Amino acid sequence: MSDDILRMRGISKTFPGVRALDDVNLEVLRGEIHAICGENGAGKSTLMKVLSGVYPHGQYEGEITYEGTECRFSGIRDSEHRGIVIIHQELALAPNLSIAENIFLGNEQSRRGLIDWNRTNAAAAELMRRVGLRENPVTPVLDLGVGKQQLVEIAKALSKRVRLLILDEPTAALNDDDSAHLLGLLRGLRDEGITCVIISHKLNEVLEIADRVTILRDGRTITTLDADGLTEDRIISGMVGRDLDHRFPPHEPSIGDEILRVENWTVHSPTQHGRLLVSDASFTLNRGEIVGLAGLMGAGRTELAMSIFGRAYGVGISGRIYKDGREIRLRTVGEAIRHGIAYATEDRKRYGLNLIEDIKRNVSAAALRKLAKRGWVDDNEEYQVADSYRKSLNIKAPSVGSITGKLSGGNQQKVVLSKWIFTDPDVLILDEPTRGIDVGAKYEIYTIINRLADEGKAVLLISSELPELLGLCDRIYTLSAGRITGEVPRADATQEGLMTLMTAGQEAPR
Amino acid sequence: MSLELDVAKTSIPDSGTGGGRRFSINLRQSGIYIAFAAIVLLFTILTGGDMLAPQNISNIIVQNSYILILAIGMILVIISGHIDLSVGSIVAATGAVSAVLMVNHNVPWPLAVLITLLVGAAIGAWQGYWVAYFGIPAFIVTLAGMLLFRAVTYNILGNRGIGPFPDEVRTLSNGFTDGYLGNIGLGALGGADLVSLLIGIAAVAGIVVVQWRSRAGRVRYGQVVEPFPLFVAKIVVAGFVVMFVIVQLARFRNLPWVLVLLAALVLGYTLLTNRAVFGRQIYAVGGNLQAATLSGVKVKSVVFWIFVNMGVLSALAGIIFAGRLNQANPTGGDQFELDAIAAAFIGGAAVQGGVGKVVGAITGGLIMGVINNGMSLIGAPSEQVMLVKGAVLLAAVAFDVWTKRRAGASR
Repeated sequence: MSDDILRMRGISKTFPGVRALDDVNLEVLRGEIHAICGENGAGKSTLMKVLSGVYPHGQYEGEITYEGTECRFSGIRDSEHRGIVIIHQELALAPNLSIAENIFLGNEQSRRGLIDWNRTNAAAAELMRRVGLRENPVTPVLDLGVGKQQLVEIAKALSKRVRLLILDEPTAALNDDDSAHLLGLLRGLRDEGITCVIISHKLNEVLEIADRVTILRDGRTITTLDADGLTEDRIISGMVGRDLDHRFPPHEPSIGDEILRVENWTVHSPTQHGRLLVSDASFTLNRGEIVGLAGLMGAGRTELAMSIFGRAYGVGISGRIYKDGREIRLRTVGEAIRHGIAYATEDRKRYGLNLIEDIKRNVSAAALRKLAKRGWVDDNEEYQVADSYRKSLNIKAPSVGSITGKLSGGNQQKVVLSKWIFTDPDVLILDEPTRGIDVGAKYEIYTIINRLADEGKAVLLISSELPELLGLCDRIYTLSAGRITGEVPRADATQEGLMTLMTAGQEAPR
Repeated sequence: MSLELDVAKTSIPDSGTGGGRRFSINLRQSGIYIAFAAIVLLFTILTGGDMLAPQNISNIIVQNSYILILAIGMILVIISGHIDLSVGSIVAATGAVSAVLMVNHNVPWPLAVLITLLVGAAIGAWQGYWVAYFGIPAFIVTLAGMLLFRAVTYNILGNRGIGPFPDEVRTLSNGFTDGYLGNIGLGALGGADLVSLLIGIAAVAGIVVVQWRSRAGRVRYGQVVEPFPLFVAKIVVAGFVVMFVIVQLARFRNLPWVLVLLAALVLGYTLLTNRAVFGRQIYAVGGNLQAATLSGVKVKSVVFWIFVNMGVLSALAGIIFAGRLNQANPTGGDQFELDAIAAAFIGGAAVQGGVGKVVGAITGGLIMGVINNGMSLIGAPSEQVMLVKGAVLLAAVAFDVWTKRRAGASR
């Protein structure tokens, strides 16, 4: 038997319009900790979902060899049966059930159909001891902090006799102490012979714990490196080393006066008490300027944007906003819109569109009063407005009476943009405007963004794709763990430089 | 009732749809009207024409008026993605309030009606507060309300009914317009009230003018409109149905006042849902709550006012129901909520919210009214009526889910 526990060969996975994985190869040695690094959207999570059977055999191309035999998993139970367990970034625990119940969820310790509580709790206590979780097994999970919940997940994995443990961003939400404990635990598991695959943005942690590192970029394997003598810079250059092969429309910026200034902006988490999402962030936007906001997943980009947009997200928000030099208060989304601020969400299906309604009713949704006289909407005017956007933004649909749920991603995004352009904003915050959109539509969206800037609007562009930021933005802020870590003019910006700033100071915020 | 037709012209090449002119009847929208026509036809045959006799048409309208009023409020609640189980109890409670005011305290009837409607608004505000601002699911809030307001009714009335009501209120519930201009002969059909006929002709003329202007406006804005023959056919059918009902009523005892009231409500609420900013926001909230919130819609306030509106309409139904029985009863209005909810869903509302029409809910309510009436005409026992109504409700929603799934599969 060879010394590799897992070999994935030629894995490809296509979603409608997007090739998420393209001939990926991954080889994991028995008893090692193997890190996978890559930008957002590089294909890390998709690869792990293929491995764990979330995407069953037949939905991907390629071959998975595990423990020397080829595997064709039909589902997650199938892979767990073989000892492959994945722990997702969003923990999958039932908050109202006890630690012991969660550990044995779906794998209940029963005798003749009835749960044996003594055996359940005793076995849970033993597993909890192994992961260093000092709690009563009957404590509900919701009473635990995130760090301890993570340990419950690992205990649950151990209960399934895990041989290959996959962790997706396990320390993203943890503080330093909990992270250190978790990393120590993973080393202990390695010594017990459990192989770990860990996905992480925290490169210092990767270097600290991993034996080998595989780097993915744009759905392809770039390289696998030994961790000995490896540096963060080497990993970063592998993650971003893509040439600027995307085309960006040419744009000559004409930048005017300052239009928006945000000072000392701080936002707390609405779900985790006391956790900082954005910490003391300050930035400015000028007329006619496209400003980028770069940051890895969980850096607080969306939280920053939505909290500014009429406190649509977060609690304990503090800081000041100035528009045209005068301080404004944006307590509701309506106030933000009236002050000429627009926010186009990163998740257009969940937060951006009414998918059961047609194009014209979506376009008018944020500025319906502009179409109304004394509270009555002029639907002919509405049709004309929507139709003019259909033509000017090239929304491909038979008519503005088409249901938005049936449009392609790119066309849906154009409807969202139309909606916000119709509010006649001075500042547009565009959150991942090209996510899940094919290349041709991306170019069109870029053209629209340039046009908006030429009209004197300020655009704040949030994107996970560094080439997109470099190709469009006049200035780029980097955000890391809720803090603004850098401000780079276009001329000085490189992918490597941005990535270094984006991973800077990755100690968890308090 | 008019057919809803979905006409689409492909002007831009698109991978999803073929080029050229596409023309199809939107089954999901128009199925309800076809079903209504079929049910009416079925019972007309089964009853040997009694179904469409002058007196019977009048009965169907008067007997179902309060359910139809509730259905108007309910469709708004359901479009916004909520539900109201308490309307039957609110009907009883507000009926009791109006009886106490008018019968026991001799409050003049217009003032008493106004106070009762305000009480309905207050009840709606109470429930709207818990649903919209406190965040309790409407199912729970209104289930509690169902018990609460029934208890309130018993507290007000004791264990007995209060009546009789003033003549004006009874006329509103049960009465007919006067024949101010006398009758005219309609040949073989006999005498008919001239005022009713004139109102009918005015209504048909109104339909023609409104439809014509709407079509002209769309043409002026370069929108695609349905082919002219179809447009004419729809108006002719609608005009014929309206005139048929009016002529039958004119031959009996003229127009029921509740029909006049209902017509005004349907017109007003159709306008509200189609054209008012507030009405549009109801659809936005029901269609995607988060998207509506992020578009600046004051979601909580919209939901709150929908429940206030439901309370007012429940109070109106309460007055009419009590006036019709000439007595406010502690058990009155029992299970009205189920009829109103069923009317909304049969009328094409979606369980997830965001979809529904006032005219659809009225048609749904009429379908149930016709089934009730027709089956009692042919002497069917009440358990069979329940059976059929249950089956129709299930079939209507199943049809809705099926067409939605089919639409999803054809993407």
